[in-house]
Amino acid sequence: MKKISFALSYLVLIGFLLSCKQKPAIIMDPIAIVEAKGYAIPVYDFENFKVLLGKKDDKIRVVNFWATWCKPCIEEMPYFELVNSAYADKNVEVILVSLDVPSQIESKLIPYLERQNIQSQVVVLDDPDANSWIPKVDEDWTGAIPATYIYKGNECYFYEQSFSYNELEKELKKFIP
Amino acid sequence: MKSIRIIVAVAFMVLISSFAINQVGNSNSDSGYAIGDAATDFKLRNIDDSFVSLSDYPEAKGFIIIFTCNHCPYSVAYEDRIIALDQKYKSQGYPVVAINPNNPKAYPEDSFEKMKERAASKQFTFPYLFDEDQTIYPQYGATKTPHVYVLKKENKALRVKYIGAIDNNYKDADKADQKYVGNAVDALLSGKAVPVETTRAIGCSIKS
Repeated sequence: MKKISFALSYLVLIGFLLSCKQKPAIIMDPIAIVEAKGYAIPVYDFENFKVLLGKKDDKIRVVNFWATWCKPCIEEMPYFELVNSAYADKNVEVILVSLDVPSQIESKLIPYLERQNIQSQVVVLDDPDANSWIPKVDEDWTGAIPATYIYKGNECYFYEQSFSYNELEKELKKFIP
Repeated sequence: MKSIRIIVAVAFMVLISSFAINQVGNSNSDSGYAIGDAATDFKLRNIDDSFVSLSDYPEAKGFIIIFTCNHCPYSVAYEDRIIALDQKYKSQGYPVVAINPNNPKAYPEDSFEKMKERAASKQFTFPYLFDEDQTIYPQYGATKTPHVYVLKKENKALRVKYIGAIDNNYKDADKADQKYVGNAVDALLSGKAVPVETTRAIGCSIKS
């Protein structure tokens, strides 16, 4: 009897652990930093980038996967910017993960950031072997962008979809008491 | 005994709810084909204004179906490799059939006219079809471009044998050391099991 309930509670515990990703805390080490027009954009491979998906502090992180060539990503960009500014005092941080190729950081990405006056943190993820890392972000992600990962500590949600501001705010509010 | 039942019920509820949390927001992960499913045939307009169906290829052993388009940089990066796949495998019974699933209202560059232009300038050797009513890509479960389905004729059905990316390096064909689609077709041609049946890659989401 005791054994069974012990086994079951163990199962429950596993269920909880599986529901969020465990990422080791290591220092992020960029492959390169591309500088132009006052911007300094770090470029990471997935091994270093994944630290951003598993920080165990009090912050709510909204991690948006996008690229300048992705039209639906650009359409929802103002909403992420608005969340970043409107919820800054609620311990929310938006991280824009660009999948632009590094050779276009200076020619496309930085001009876009400048033109749109983007204030959120921007990093470039450059790891061509996407099949190896996409499932590590989320098992259900097919690889289409835009995609967004929102987490705080061990609580996390993943969305392979476009957002309106109201939809994004609604998801964010799940984290804010 | 009763308490065991309650514990089991509670454990199940907790487990299910913890999975349910992870499922929120995933609208399209459960639709479309899995490996081994029978794929649908279709009748779609080709860039030469004819209509193409898979049943038009009685000699084919199977197909390399590629959902792709004009506007997506990942699709463009793979164009030469798609042509190479067709040139290599058409003669062996696995022709490439490309399908543009996008709504040109969302992406003007993916209009039927622009498809014709792109196919002409790149000298596509394969049909480039337009999923005009956007009814085919949801049945396959394609979510992005490029998105590949390798089908094999078995009896009368078209069985899905591979779903995913073309290879493991979109940026540089020479650095791709896992040629997923090529390996899958090679395996099917020699009667072996497909070594890697599903892969994922970054792509441009299909817009309706």
